[in-house]
Amino acid sequence: MSEQSHRLDAAAAPGRIDRGHPLRFVFNGRGYEGFAGDTLASALIANGVHLVGRSFKYHRPRGIVGSGSEEPNALVQLRTGERTEPNVRATQAELFDGLIASSQNCWPSVGFDLGAINDMASRILPAGFYYKTFMWPPSAWMFYEGLIRRAAGLGRAPDDPDPDRYEKRFAHCDVLVVGAGPAGLAAALAAARAGARVVLCDEQAEMGGQLLAHPRGVGAVIDGRPALDWASAALGELASNKDVTLLPRTTCFGYYDHNALALAERVADHVAKPRQFQPRQRLWKLRARRVVLATGAIERPLVFRDNDRPGIMLAGSAAAYGMRYGAAVGRRVLVFTNNDSAYRAALALFDAGVGIAGIVDLRPAASGKPVEDARARGIEVLAGWALTATDGPSKVRAALAMQLDEAGAGVQGPIRRIECDAIAMSGGWNPAVHLYSQARGKLRYDGAQGIFLPGRTEQALAVAGSCNGAWSLGACLAEGAAAGAAAAEAAGFTAASAPAPAAAEENDSPARLLWVVPSDRPLGEGGKHFVDFQNDVTAADIGLAVREGYKSVEHLKRYTTSGMGTDQGKLGNVHALGILAEVTAAEPGAVGTTTFRPPYTPVGFGTLAGRDVGALADPVRTTAMHGWHVAAGAVFEDVGQWKRPHYYPRPGESLHDAVNREVKAARTGVGILDASTLGKIDIQGPDAAEFLNRIYTNAWTKLEIGRARYGFMCREDGMVFDDGVTTRLAAGHFHMTTTTGGAARVLSWLEEWAQTEWPELRVYMTSVTEQWAVAAIAGPHARALLAKVGTGIDLDAKAFPFMAMREGNVAGIPARVFRISFTGELSYEINVPARYGMALWQALMAAGAEFGITPYGTEAMHVLRAEKGFVIVGQDTDGTVTPIDLGMDWIVSKAKDFIGKRSLSRADTARGDRKQLVGLLTDDPRVVLPEGGQIVAELKPEPPMAMLGHVTSSYFSANLDRSIALALVRNGRQRIGAALHVPLADRNIRVKVVEPKFIDPEGRRQDG
Amino acid sequence: MPAARYSIFSLLRNAATYHREWQAAWRSPDPKPAYDVIIVGGGGHGLATAYYLAKEHRISNVAVLEKGWLGGGNTGRNTTIVRSNYLWDESAHLYEHSLKLWESLSQELNFNVMFSPRGVLNLAHNLHDLRELQRRVNAIRLNGIDSEILTTAQVKAMVPILNCSPNIRYPVLGASLQRRGGVARHDAVAWGFARGADALGVDIIQNCEVTGIRREGDRVVGVETTRGFIGAAKIGCVAAGHSSVLASMAGLRLPIESHPLQALVSEPIKPILHTVVMSAAVHVYVSQSDKGELVIGAGIDAFNSYAQRGSLPIIEEIMASACVLFPMFSRLKMLRSWAGIVDVCPDASPIISGTPVKGLYFNCGWGTGGFKATPGSGWVFAHTLAQDRPHPLNAAFSLERFTSGALIDEHGAAAVAH
Ligand SMILES: Cc1cc2nc3c(=O)[nH]c(=O)nc-3n(C[C@H](O)[C@H](O)[C@H](O)COP(=O)(O)OP(=O)(O)OC[C@H]3O[C@@H](n4cnc5c(N)ncnc54)[C@H](O)[C@@H]3O)c2cc1C
Repeated sequence: MSEQSHRLDAAAAPGRIDRGHPLRFVFNGRGYEGFAGDTLASALIANGVHLVGRSFKYHRPRGIVGSGSEEPNALVQLRTGERTEPNVRATQAELFDGLIASSQNCWPSVGFDLGAINDMASRILPAGFYYKTFMWPPSAWMFYEGLIRRAAGLGRAPDDPDPDRYEKRFAHCDVLVVGAGPAGLAAALAAARAGARVVLCDEQAEMGGQLLAHPRGVGAVIDGRPALDWASAALGELASNKDVTLLPRTTCFGYYDHNALALAERVADHVAKPRQFQPRQRLWKLRARRVVLATGAIERPLVFRDNDRPGIMLAGSAAAYGMRYGAAVGRRVLVFTNNDSAYRAALALFDAGVGIAGIVDLRPAASGKPVEDARARGIEVLAGWALTATDGPSKVRAALAMQLDEAGAGVQGPIRRIECDAIAMSGGWNPAVHLYSQARGKLRYDGAQGIFLPGRTEQALAVAGSCNGAWSLGACLAEGAAAGAAAAEAAGFTAASAPAPAAAEENDSPARLLWVVPSDRPLGEGGKHFVDFQNDVTAADIGLAVREGYKSVEHLKRYTTSGMGTDQGKLGNVHALGILAEVTAAEPGAVGTTTFRPPYTPVGFGTLAGRDVGALADPVRTTAMHGWHVAAGAVFEDVGQWKRPHYYPRPGESLHDAVNREVKAARTGVGILDASTLGKIDIQGPDAAEFLNRIYTNAWTKLEIGRARYGFMCREDGMVFDDGVTTRLAAGHFHMTTTTGGAARVLSWLEEWAQTEWPELRVYMTSVTEQWAVAAIAGPHARALLAKVGTGIDLDAKAFPFMAMREGNVAGIPARVFRISFTGELSYEINVPARYGMALWQALMAAGAEFGITPYGTEAMHVLRAEKGFVIVGQDTDGTVTPIDLGMDWIVSKAKDFIGKRSLSRADTARGDRKQLVGLLTDDPRVVLPEGGQIVAELKPEPPMAMLGHVTSSYFSANLDRSIALALVRNGRQRIGAALHVPLADRNIRVKVVEPKFIDPEGRRQDG
Repeated sequence: MPAARYSIFSLLRNAATYHREWQAAWRSPDPKPAYDVIIVGGGGHGLATAYYLAKEHRISNVAVLEKGWLGGGNTGRNTTIVRSNYLWDESAHLYEHSLKLWESLSQELNFNVMFSPRGVLNLAHNLHDLRELQRRVNAIRLNGIDSEILTTAQVKAMVPILNCSPNIRYPVLGASLQRRGGVARHDAVAWGFARGADALGVDIIQNCEVTGIRREGDRVVGVETTRGFIGAAKIGCVAAGHSSVLASMAGLRLPIESHPLQALVSEPIKPILHTVVMSAAVHVYVSQSDKGELVIGAGIDAFNSYAQRGSLPIIEEIMASACVLFPMFSRLKMLRSWAGIVDVCPDASPIISGTPVKGLYFNCGWGTGGFKATPGSGWVFAHTLAQDRPHPLNAAFSLERFTSGALIDEHGAAAVAH
């Protein structure tokens, strides 16, 4: 373990760290020590470590550039094993004891990386080079691509499932304030004092924003007391207000329509692992009446030659490391700037005991208080100078400076070499308008400052502070307080007119805008001016892209990949636009910006997925009799969300053994099926019959009370959509059944028609699928079984005919008994309130023992209905089949209108040779056709072959002792009796086309 | 001006002059007063149409009018899955023709479109899925297109990171695989076709929005644009999500709904996924780009919209599905999400067709899955425009089918549509 070589003296730079609380951590296999309150980046800097990673394309050594979410370079693989996480910004990773991190995208090590060969070859690898080569020979791309893939990518995904959990929360508030810097704090205070429910979030662990880190904040005075005291008082007041929710470590990452906002809270990322039951992160889905964006500003680099060496960083960040973390970014820091703010950074660092090698200022006439203060401390200021190169293999060790010409287009005079071990650069500050822009706010370009500012927006939001271009502390506080009060007022509260917190105004001298800092060599010829550090995009690349015609901002971005890294161009985007504008001789405001898209910073998949993973991925629906099926050893099938018994194997039985036994029992004794999963919809209202009449293809108005009818629903295009039996319970009351999988879809369909097309109909639908448990008993003994358990119903075939419903007490349980049949056997579907389902089932099983009652599953159900030629919608139909194609012309009313009726008469739909439902019998009765087999008339040795249709259902029928199949075949009705073929990958099966009814075509068995 | 050929040699040669000598990939001419053919929409399909008009039909007095930047619509927003394993003969033939063009497109255009046939897997999660898979694979095979069924064990071998445990909510029961399917670089397709068309004399005009379609009697005579009137006797509209807007300019209604379709990418990570994996039942599909980003998508936002913006719940569902199939994705991060506006037909198949207005043609309705068709779609549309009648490959994709009922229902194929 090494000592913290670059930790500053506690008296000169106390910072926000707890020096009494050391923490050990490991980076690239080496042990270090930091303090509580450090980030990984600040702890590394305190230990003199700057080289942390390699860039994406050229694998150049890279160091820490920023101090927050803008960081492009310092991406690490954090933690190991199942909790490892790639691409973590070291600048945001809070240090904890035992933290382990390593560099990414380098091999064998960050110090010596073979991938850096790309840097040597960089001359032939300009932007977009890959579009111009790797095309020969044509088959070789996959080979080249393999190499490219291996070289690309940053960190590594974990090998194992994530052990942590994630939660979601919905919340509402009157005012959401994003950003807890001075403007955000002032806004939250003003809104909370007006009585509004306020949520204040900030992506950092500690609230206070620039007050914690910026030279302008740390030493400032607000309302007559030190700024930090004011901030802690403000936070204290907010924390004690029950209507205020403070969310530190929470990034507002998405701004959606109508003030729907998404926030990611890092609940337990700052500790080694979450406590038991504690989520790692939490997704907040917030609906805010008003939003105040106080998201601050992001410093921008200067684009000068070789501006990417480790040790070259943003001036504000260099200051933050000193003032917030008590860590020195170097011992001789050279400052390079075009504006005043870097002077403040230099002064703060100097006062904290950091050596300043000098200040190089692009402005020839640098003047004003900060400049004087610097000179007063004996710091050399080179005004009108520029850095033209830097030196140092893995960390900067010197910079070359030359005098700028008047236009700023070139440099002149002697070269001065300035020894330094860090460079603090500042190219000004960009308002962090990302969320504003996500909210569809229009940006406006401020040519004097070279920045994009919020312009106009339609959403209920306000922008305050440096996000809005306010640079002095006093202005930030005033804007924040005003925005907070206005937001509360707009949300219906009355804000007392209190004075805003006050601080001194400081006015900066104007900055000097140079999108590219010239050097003594033409751009792109020797050395690189980086615009996007992570993706290695240089100013020369932008020139090349423009030359090649990629001059729309979006083309530029896509061609060069500028702004497409994990930082999404937080540092480089505006420079890229500026350079583009310069090259094309346009105004940056006119070239436009690329669209800011969610998320503001990357958000965990797990955070977005929440709890809907693993066993909770989709609800499991089970019936009231599920426990019985489990105990009986049923094998289950997923049907939609339902678990249905597929078959009930006895010891040693295969699927087919069991199914053969089950189907025989249903035709010779009595079988019992759990039919509870069928969709059930209760339909009521004076117009219910008329409604059904329009929905179904057959007629419903004259159906008698107590009678049931089978119906098809079609879509507007005339294709079968769902089917089921519906029963009239009273004049204006029906009980509809649907397919298991179609239940929700059908209910939505009915609602859509009732609500949007026929609002004049008085009809109301309620899903009652869950309310009824259904046992279907089928077979010659079904009536005897019912009689035995007792029903209170006259079961005589005349008194209780087929397609009728009777209410009674089955085995003492109030029940609706439907005499309907999906097997063709004498059959009753007994519906009881779901809570009695198990009791009913057990009573039937007990009473049925003497009849050999046999539970059967969905597979046997399929066989039984196929023997009768009953279709399953979704299996024997696929959205391209009309009722007529199914041979069910009788169900299509000629007399009345219904959904899909007109479509049935369309030229193609009315054709006689459409695909029609037929039966197929294989020549060899033992051979069962595979479902999904395609049917041809003419066999060819090789594909292609013209297809006539396909096998939709196919089984071995134990009752017939042979295989049977249903199929859709072009012009099938005309082919009955003909031979066709089912060519498979490995064999061919010959079949004969038959009527799709294999058992009891006259339908005698259903009466028992 | 013939464009310089791209090759490793031209790269080396240009390196010597610090890449200062590269020419624009396409010119940016001002619009002429009139053209033989105007293509509205500078997406992949529109640019491919122009390219094949010039290349195959020697019609090069053509302008492509794009309201924004080339490829800025769905071409530049899609998840780039390319495959031809469609169920119905009409679709299979069209998409297969396109896939064949993909296979040599980089050489054809002398622009690396990075078509990467890394295989497309469609997972089955229940017995119904398996049945459908069988049906499709059999149909596709009998159409002479590569397609096979994999067992769960074979799927696992191919995609080791996929959760193939039998104990998950919807276990993987098998998959279909088209080995010749894969992905390509979307922007490069637009740029490559633009460069190719430009070299053959086509005028590519960006920032030129068509605001009206001028008719004389029952035929078109040109378009009103933000850069003035431009005449043409033939107008091909290839405007994806905005097709119905263009149609209404000519007084037509199209059977199209425009919906947002979202997609997202993760941060780049080292390669872990080498094939495209799609699941209709768990509702997500994933591939990994050459850059290392996982490219992920699923279904449309249910509402109609022309604003290229989706809603968060869809993203949450996509992410949950991705983590269900790939539990180790949970600690990765979403870098960027976006939406495009897709033009969905009732039968989920495209319209490549003339209209009741003479000289006015539409190529649209590709919905969530038209990227794969880009070269083939341009190829048949060019034929349709040049000959004033469809090629046999697109004859079935007429506008009349919505009157006759001869729909080509690919909803199954389009459940996860791409
Ligand atoms: C998120 C997403 C994922 C997708 N994934 C896949 C996939 O994996 N595989 C697949 O095959 N397909 C996919 N698709 C679908 C595919 O992107 C599209 O079908 C296809 O790219 C359409 O190409 P296009 O050239 O017709 O349309 P576009 O690229 O949208 O081009 C239409 C152009 O017309 C322009 N335009 C519109 N109106 C006017 C006007 N009035 N004047 C001038 N110009 C106008 C637009 O600006 C636009 O550039 C996806 C789509 C999205 C949105």
